[in-house]
Amino acid sequence: MDRRIPVLIGKNIVRAMLLVFAVSIVTFWLMKASPMDPLQTNVGQAALGSMSREQIEKLEEYWGVNTPPAEQYLSWAKDFVRGDMGTSLLYRQPVAKVIGAKLANSLFLMIFAWLVSGLLGFVLGVIAGMNRGKWIDKLIKGYCLVISSTPAFWLALLLLMIFGVGLRWFPIGLSVPIGVEAGGVTFLDRVYHAVLPALTLSITGVSNIALHTREKMIDICGSDYMLFARMRGETGWRLFKNYGFRNVLLPAITLHFAAISEIFGGSVLVEQVFSYPGLGQAAVAAGLGSDMPLLMAVTIVSALFVFGGNMIANILYGVVDPRIRRGGASK
Amino acid sequence: MSEKKKTEQTPILKIEHMNITFTQYDRGMRQTELPVIRNLDVEVHAGEMVAVVGSSGSGKSLLAHGVMGVLPYNASMGGRILYCGEELTKQRIERLRGNEIVLVPQSIAYLNPLMKIGSQICKGSKDEKVKRKLRDIFARYSLKPEVEELYPFELSGGMNRRILISTALIEEPKLVIADEPTPGLDLKMAKRAMEHFRELADMGAGVLVITHDLELALETADRIAVFYAGTTLEEATVSDFEREETLRHPYSKALWRAMPKNGFGFVSGEQPYVKDLPGGCPFAPRCGRCTEECRKGEIPSREIRGGRVRCLHLEESFAE
Repeated sequence: MDRRIPVLIGKNIVRAMLLVFAVSIVTFWLMKASPMDPLQTNVGQAALGSMSREQIEKLEEYWGVNTPPAEQYLSWAKDFVRGDMGTSLLYRQPVAKVIGAKLANSLFLMIFAWLVSGLLGFVLGVIAGMNRGKWIDKLIKGYCLVISSTPAFWLALLLLMIFGVGLRWFPIGLSVPIGVEAGGVTFLDRVYHAVLPALTLSITGVSNIALHTREKMIDICGSDYMLFARMRGETGWRLFKNYGFRNVLLPAITLHFAAISEIFGGSVLVEQVFSYPGLGQAAVAAGLGSDMPLLMAVTIVSALFVFGGNMIANILYGVVDPRIRRGGASK
Repeated sequence: MSEKKKTEQTPILKIEHMNITFTQYDRGMRQTELPVIRNLDVEVHAGEMVAVVGSSGSGKSLLAHGVMGVLPYNASMGGRILYCGEELTKQRIERLRGNEIVLVPQSIAYLNPLMKIGSQICKGSKDEKVKRKLRDIFARYSLKPEVEELYPFELSGGMNRRILISTALIEEPKLVIADEPTPGLDLKMAKRAMEHFRELADMGAGVLVITHDLELALETADRIAVFYAGTTLEEATVSDFEREETLRHPYSKALWRAMPKNGFGFVSGEQPYVKDLPGGCPFAPRCGRCTEECRKGEIPSREIRGGRVRCLHLEESFAE
């Protein structure tokens, strides 16, 4: 059998492990370097003042204040390697369970935003690139430039004010209706609550993809093969389908999978604005609340997501581009 | 002359006073006009192979783009192009290019890198008739049927030319324009490439080859149009190039003397850049017989001994 595929898989596993190791060290070190006192932030100055010595010692032990950092990291790593991500100090639940719940919320949001921004960005970019310099190009380009210089959280606030507070079309936050039993929450309720945050993420994601695709499309339109195709009488849809589309699709794929990281980053802020209990919000809570096990896990999961996105782009490139697929095989 | 004879003599392609100008933005917002082609005349008849010969930078390739109607947006074209006696308007070339009028590009960089050769030559057509025709063409050029399934990057150097010319043969061309078919090829391959175009002419098409290689053109073409700094200085038959005396323009004569078998003759100076073209004859600064009149206004084209030439000093050059 072809030995290239097992080798490729092995290489990527090693890479992923190195990445997790590096990310965990950096996260841990940053957390330790932060000037935050876990007791003060989580218990509060006033409460601490009224507590007895023993109570405070118990709390210090719970938050691991007096354990040496190296020992702390090693004990975490030992468990992590065995598949135990520990217990969240804030939620008092296994980290895996917390992450699972948060991820389920976020994933819907992110997948929606990722698909919409990818598709819409691609289409807008192609239209703009094919009609370079015309009014439609100027319109799309202008829109993208305005959007890409707009902070995601600001746009989130804007949408919240207009559609949540002003028009009351959508809820102002959270992922489920208030005052309804967990069992009574329908799928539609969840979708309804996810619309605004997902929309914010999509709108901000579109501009980057559209601008890149537009640039690529302009290159293709000026290429020799496009010129020759026109000289051979190809026009309109056929010209686009056989010459433009195929060639712009490749960079678009890479771009789209690389955009996973941006959607991930954007979701942290957007979830915060909409009080949406997703992974992004969990990351903020864990960071501010010195919840070391949770933060480590959230960071690692995010890193793996981005890694996975880039890896899929690499693999797809090999599948879609004959120059890599066949060129590599013949060597 | 009978009516029939007349139609036979109507050239497939007749280009009169073609000029192509680029509009560019110089420093800041100042517009400059760049007359890349100033005065180009050429005629191609059915069954004839005509070579437009000029050195690099003389604007030859633009001629092809101009005829095919794919000039960039900042270029404007003047003059007249007649196809089969009728004006080749924008609408007409858009209808005819790719079937009656075809261009064979310089290199496989002009092929879509992500489309298989077979479907690319057939322009994606699934028609059985077209496919059969492709197989015939491949057989004719001794290309294996497997080549249809290859992508452009997988072609070997020897196949490139034949693939490119196949894109012309798949149509029913009356006019074939070949843009620089020989650069980067060794002599044997270059000759083969030119012979392919000769065959197309022998099959009845009009062939216009744009090239910098005078020697190769002389071996295969019927007539030569000598192109210099955006202007056709002379149109002559291949046999006129046998001796220096039968040539008409001082530049053609200089070209003749520059050929290896005629002693590598050398004229000092260089082809002027389009931006600082002299008025009048573009060859004037390098010409030994240049006089005041040569530098003033356009030099008219005159018919002499079955050829055409733009030069004011013909009588003198005949006296030689």
